[in-house]
Amino acid sequence: MKKTPLYEHHLALGGKIIDFGGWAMPVQYTNVIEEHQTTRMKAGLFDICHMGEIEIKGPQAFDLLQWVLSRNIVEQAVGQIKLSVITNEHGGIIDDLTVYKFNRDHYMMVTNAGTKDKDLSWVAKQKEIKGFSDVQITDISDQTGKLDIQGPLSQMILQHITVDDLVPLRYYHTMNTRVMNFPAIVSRSGYTGEDGFEIYANSEKIACIWNTLLEIGADFGLKPVGLGARDTLRLEAGMMLYGNDMDETITPLDVVYGWVTDLEKDFVGSTALRKLKEGSLRRKLVGFEMEERGIARHGYKVFKEGREIGEVTSGTFTPTLQKAVGLAFVPISYSEPGTEIFVQIRNHHARARVVGLPFYKRKKQQ
Amino acid sequence: MSKPNPTDRRYTKEHEWAKDNGGGTVTMGITDHAQELLTDIVFVELPAMGKKITQMEQLAVVESVKSVSDVYAPVSGEVIEVNKVLEDHPELVNQDAFGEGWMVKLRMDNPAELDNLMDAAGYTEMIKEEKH
Repeated sequence: MKKTPLYEHHLALGGKIIDFGGWAMPVQYTNVIEEHQTTRMKAGLFDICHMGEIEIKGPQAFDLLQWVLSRNIVEQAVGQIKLSVITNEHGGIIDDLTVYKFNRDHYMMVTNAGTKDKDLSWVAKQKEIKGFSDVQITDISDQTGKLDIQGPLSQMILQHITVDDLVPLRYYHTMNTRVMNFPAIVSRSGYTGEDGFEIYANSEKIACIWNTLLEIGADFGLKPVGLGARDTLRLEAGMMLYGNDMDETITPLDVVYGWVTDLEKDFVGSTALRKLKEGSLRRKLVGFEMEERGIARHGYKVFKEGREIGEVTSGTFTPTLQKAVGLAFVPISYSEPGTEIFVQIRNHHARARVVGLPFYKRKKQQ
Repeated sequence: MSKPNPTDRRYTKEHEWAKDNGGGTVTMGITDHAQELLTDIVFVELPAMGKKITQMEQLAVVESVKSVSDVYAPVSGEVIEVNKVLEDHPELVNQDAFGEGWMVKLRMDNPAELDNLMDAAGYTEMIKEEKH
């Protein structure tokens, strides 16, 4: 298994290590519920060094990205981040990722950990196919360390070691700054549904930043948070997980990624997706809440009137809402909020109800 | 560190305990070591009253936020009581696995089956070895 620069720190903090897409990552330090609540109420610190960073640079960076991304990035401003997917020729999702724009000719794609190599060769292949010679694609994952600090007190804690004022930094925007005097990229974004930041710095400096944040943050209640709570936090916030809720057999129109897919522009997969949209979409990823006791899990079957109609892609007991919720694929005709569905939990068909997403939305500050 | 394993009961390799209540019945649950491995238990599925079960067959299910685990019957018998409190307070298993977190009472088919199980010293030794 691959290790992040923080592996030894996780062990020292009592982290329970699991294999996550080939990476030795902490699933929890104390327990998932506690770490989840800490993030919602105060702040949590996450080691995200396993995720991939791919730099796209050069006069044709925009052209290449506009071709591989489902999202139209014409209006993406310098300093702005866009969530997008990259699809294959059939419209299947190769990955979901965020795209940072640093200047007209300089972007960074932040990919999932297990999909980075695949993304890299896919984008390189598209560059070749389209003959975009004036753009460089560089895998900067190894030299780039990444930490997420998430939760209502994140800004107060991070500000202590960040040279620039964080207040003007808007949601889904990024800036080049210095953290502990090391050059760093800081964006107001994340995967928890809380206010928070993603911090990118040289991987050799990341342990130093990690330790200092935990030290300064201790007074504010900051704690390290593992992948277990990362999963419950993202699910409550109605966010999907690649490999769980989608893969290359799923299109962005099947899941809640229609809004990041611009069928007015041409990109890899746009022809296939337009056809799909003209025909009838068969299934849709929906949120549901369990009404009977039991917790739905990934892979459990969904039933309606005794007939199998779909499958659960994510499911858990959510610490904030104190109930079992999940995401499932169902036929369009059963996708309306309020629809009664049944999830097979072991030998029992337990009643559940389709609900709108997200399950949890933080109250607006100010 | 988990709590010491009480010497008044027997243990399975799968981390269940069974306490002989006399009169041919046992109370069973999972060990403190098991709850520690599972951490935050959020759901316990108990068997139906009257269910007949064979030793080391699946008897109940415990779920943490992350995982689903089977709980096995330490002895063969019939379910005569279940700890209903766990339906609303599954965290009792975390807090008091050997006491208030008990799961099921069984009427044993064959009390001699208890002899197949480990005593506290044997179980303590087993989990010590697991850690290596």
